Amino acid sequence: MGIEEHRHAIRELIEDPTLTYRQRIQALALAAEDVLEPPPVSEACAQALAKGLICDLAEGHAPHRPRYTLPDYAKALAQGSTFLELTPPTTFDDATTFLLAVYGSVPSITGYPVWFGDLDALLEPFAAELTDEELRTRLRRFWVLLDRLFPDAFAHANLGPTDGRVVRAALAVHRDVRQVVPNLTLRVDPDVTPDDLLLDAMRTVATVAQPHLVNHPMMVADLGDRYGVVSCYNSLPVGGGSHTLVRLNLKEAALRHAGRSSTFVRDSLPVAIELTAELMEARIRHLVERTPFFETSWLVTEGLLSLDRFTAMFGLFGLAECVEHLLALDGRDLRYGRDEDADALAHEIVETAARLVAERPMPYCEASGGRALLHSQAGLDSDRQVTAGTRVAVGGEPGLYRHLEAVAPNHRWFPAGVSDIVRLDETVTENLQAAVDIAKGALAMGMRDVTFEVANGEFVRVTGYLVRRRDIDRVASGDGVRHSSSVLGAGSFTNARLDDRRPQRVRSPERDARPRR
Amino acid sequence: MRALVADVVDASCVDGPGNRYVVFLQGCSFRCVTCHNPHTISPHPTPTSRWVEVDDLAADIARRAPFLSGVTVSGGEATLQWEAVRALFQALAADPATALLTRLVDSNGDADPEVWEALAPWMHGAMIDLKALDPVVHRELTGCSNGRVLCSIRQLTAMDRLTEVRLLIVPGVNDDAVQVAATARWLAALDPVPPVVVQGFRHEGTRPAARRYRPATTGLLEDVAARLVAGGLPASLVRIRGIVGAEPAPAAEVPVQAGA
Repeated sequence: MGIEEHRHAIRELIEDPTLTYRQRIQALALAAEDVLEPPPVSEACAQALAKGLICDLAEGHAPHRPRYTLPDYAKALAQGSTFLELTPPTTFDDATTFLLAVYGSVPSITGYPVWFGDLDALLEPFAAELTDEELRTRLRRFWVLLDRLFPDAFAHANLGPTDGRVVRAALAVHRDVRQVVPNLTLRVDPDVTPDDLLLDAMRTVATVAQPHLVNHPMMVADLGDRYGVVSCYNSLPVGGGSHTLVRLNLKEAALRHAGRSSTFVRDSLPVAIELTAELMEARIRHLVERTPFFETSWLVTEGLLSLDRFTAMFGLFGLAECVEHLLALDGRDLRYGRDEDADALAHEIVETAARLVAERPMPYCEASGGRALLHSQAGLDSDRQVTAGTRVAVGGEPGLYRHLEAVAPNHRWFPAGVSDIVRLDETVTENLQAAVDIAKGALAMGMRDVTFEVANGEFVRVTGYLVRRRDIDRVASGDGVRHSSSVLGAGSFTNARLDDRRPQRVRSPERDARPRR
Repeated sequence: MRALVADVVDASCVDGPGNRYVVFLQGCSFRCVTCHNPHTISPHPTPTSRWVEVDDLAADIARRAPFLSGVTVSGGEATLQWEAVRALFQALAADPATALLTRLVDSNGDADPEVWEALAPWMHGAMIDLKALDPVVHRELTGCSNGRVLCSIRQLTAMDRLTEVRLLIVPGVNDDAVQVAATARWLAALDPVPPVVVQGFRHEGTRPAARRYRPATTGLLEDVAARLVAGGLPASLVRIRGIVGAEPAPAAEVPVQAGA
């Protein structure tokens, strides 16, 4: 891009009537960054990026802060902050004020924090002084501020796995305020999380399509107990985060493959993996070696972030189209999620990718043994005709059990998160225990992440975040919206045909036993 | 032991509490004009029914057990094949993989006392349809007397095996003030009073003859529920089913004191 093109792009941002002030500032900053040359990579890697085999998710040409950060908020509350000139809080109000002050200075790719912390664990000690009513009132104010100060649905709070007053109040407030911020994840441990809390979570899902559920024992086994779920189901180490997220388009990798499907994992996949890893390495080295972030950020100097708690995310997407194209090379017309041979090839590709990523050293990734963490990347607003992550294609989802059997074997390979959205028929709202049963079954079969959506709800889950249907309509008609994520969400809604997701476990209402053969 | 099966649904949220595996048995003793599944009425094999070994059913249920609250046997009329139902429940109770699932029967109530005696040790409860308390109206709707239905409801109450009573409201037939008040009084006299579910008649799946009845509106169901409460049923025990978009109701609790 020449300087004239940059000027034109910046002029367009300045004059765009749909952007809020914050959205415009954020876009201008990225445009300025992109005037610089990106970190140098090989010609093959640059070509792969230009042709869409790999994608840097528009992270910018000169990474100057980690993509995702998870400050150790518990430590901050305990020690106070010199930078913010705050002493350790002693009351609930002081604690939420303290946290809001910290969030205001937490960097990430979005310009807003992507993680608000384990809010129930952080606030429970301060809640003892409050009655239930006082707790609800204060938490509600806090929730309103989270949404208005950080209007971005990638901003994510975690709850659970243990029961408590704050988690219950948080779910109740969340149902009540009907906001897309905070994005919410409940950590579930079958031995610790009571069924009744899960039922409360499902009541919340039925209202606002949140929380997302994560398999706590599985996460602890992979990342230790200091992990958080941020942005779109990205599980990462607390006190650190992820330098970058680069994703490999498996569909494009398959389109470039010559020969039979059986040789893809041997011949084409390793090349594509290495090209992705090369870009990740270049971006990480720029951040750590050329910018002052890890020397000067107050989050680092006060010990809330440390370089040895960082990793990097290696994303995969387009598995469904990859598998179908490869099988077509063999003259076979099979569908991932419907045909067992297609599922088997899908699982082989994911397992091989996981092995290759685990063999490839990655600098400054001490938090995960000097390797990147594999992540099933849930999509971008501009994606067309390519399925998010390792999901079954939208509209092609089979029955519930068959769907889960197709996708569950992938989950163990994605320590940095994976999501498969299960859209439930709206009759489930009359029988939420059914959703609890399905969640528990899914976790028991080795699903790492479980995301429910109720058909025809007010909220639509896009990749890992939510948009309101009315905001999709506003964007479509050229109006501005307060949440920056809603602009992305409206693009995905159209481009990825999200309304075509098939509700599962459909039994026609009320005693209808018509055979469904 | 074999069962003549009309259909199997391996995940249902509308046939009892939680996610349930539902077996629809072929054959019914009633001839309801309002039947949503008329193809399940014939007690003889039909093009859509099939014979299934009870052990095969139990094995398939075991495969899905981690996802289930329980199993519901429906129909047709489940109790016409009560020996197969008992055999299935016994097999489920005996297998550790399925022993913790609740075992429910969804029935029109038209069964002899001996059938319930035989099932009770293996069954957590029965959900009974009461099409009408008035015997004349009942005969109009089902072609049969409701004598055994009322006996079944009393007997299941005494055995602590009555999970719920369902009232299918057909506008202009069984929704008038006198009938609703009498039904409320009769149900309220049971000890303990069972949960009562109000459902509305719909045209989906029915035969042309059913078009002579109007479908029930949400407003009518709310009105009937209010009159049941006014007639003596505790409000906490009266629910309307089939209104989507309402504030989710708390999950019903299933009595879990079945033997075996």
